[in-house]
Amino acid sequence: MILAAALLALAAPATPPAVGAGQTVSSAPLADTQLADPVAEAKAQALMEELRCLTCQSQSIADSNAPMAGDMRHQVRSRIAAGEEPEQVRAWLVERYGDYVTFRPGFDWATWPLYALPLLFILVAGVLLFRRIGRGGE
Amino acid sequence: MKRLWLILPLALFGLFIGLAAYQMTQPKDEFVRSTMIGKPLPAFDLPGETEDAPRLTSQMFADGKPRLLNVWATWCVPCIAEAPQLDALAKRGVPIVGVAIRDEPEAIAQFLDQYGNPYTAIARDDIAELQLALGSSGVPETFVIDGKGVIRYQHIGDIRADNIDEIYAEWEKAK
Repeated sequence: MILAAALLALAAPATPPAVGAGQTVSSAPLADTQLADPVAEAKAQALMEELRCLTCQSQSIADSNAPMAGDMRHQVRSRIAAGEEPEQVRAWLVERYGDYVTFRPGFDWATWPLYALPLLFILVAGVLLFRRIGRGGE
Repeated sequence: MKRLWLILPLALFGLFIGLAAYQMTQPKDEFVRSTMIGKPLPAFDLPGETEDAPRLTSQMFADGKPRLLNVWATWCVPCIAEAPQLDALAKRGVPIVGVAIRDEPEAIAQFLDQYGNPYTAIARDDIAELQLALGSSGVPETFVIDGKGVIRYQHIGDIRADNIDEIYAEWEKAK
């Protein structure tokens, strides 16, 4: 116990001075503070998991420690707290960064095969299976 | 004929693997471009360079004069490399408004002292609200804003010596 306290005391002063602190943390109030309303927070959380961090592009803003991701979480939380629907917040970001910013692609001329092809494959597989079973029964 | 049909799925799969393998050898474009080009500058109202300096608003961009809007930060190393090029543009008569991301007045004063001050005014964007509204995804980035306050051009990354003419031309075009 005493040893642990001594180790902590040793470790504490090693913190470097906050030069260039802006680089390492987001100071946005809602970057890491949950909304008081659990329903709104749940909405915000679900959306944050579907938005791409712009500086660390394979992570969602919910997963990333990058300051930019923190600032984006602040935008999401503050906009939802102000009464916006998650889809409006997503649209606000897509308007600025394009579809790239969302992990959930919308349905448009470029993305329709994403949704149509699996259905087509299931249909083809079903037809093949049906014909094979039918033949086996002869 | 029936044989050919059987090979088709495998051929498609092979094609897919080939495509994926090819893409993996290609250099990836790391930049996320703003889709705000041609749209008006988002409304903003941010604190100035120091606590006493006047606030900067989007209205000041609608006075008929095209400007550069330079998104930068004192903690950003490429911004140091970019400083001489911004100075060169300022000397050629281009007004440059700086937007300092997550920064402090003392750090800004020190940076300008050390690397020169090409800015006509600086706004402090502590929570990157203007940066996000602009569709900018990093520092430094430079936007050309025309006299009506419409975003005309985006340069991603630091301005190199061979980008100066191109950016000057885009600023001229915005007149």
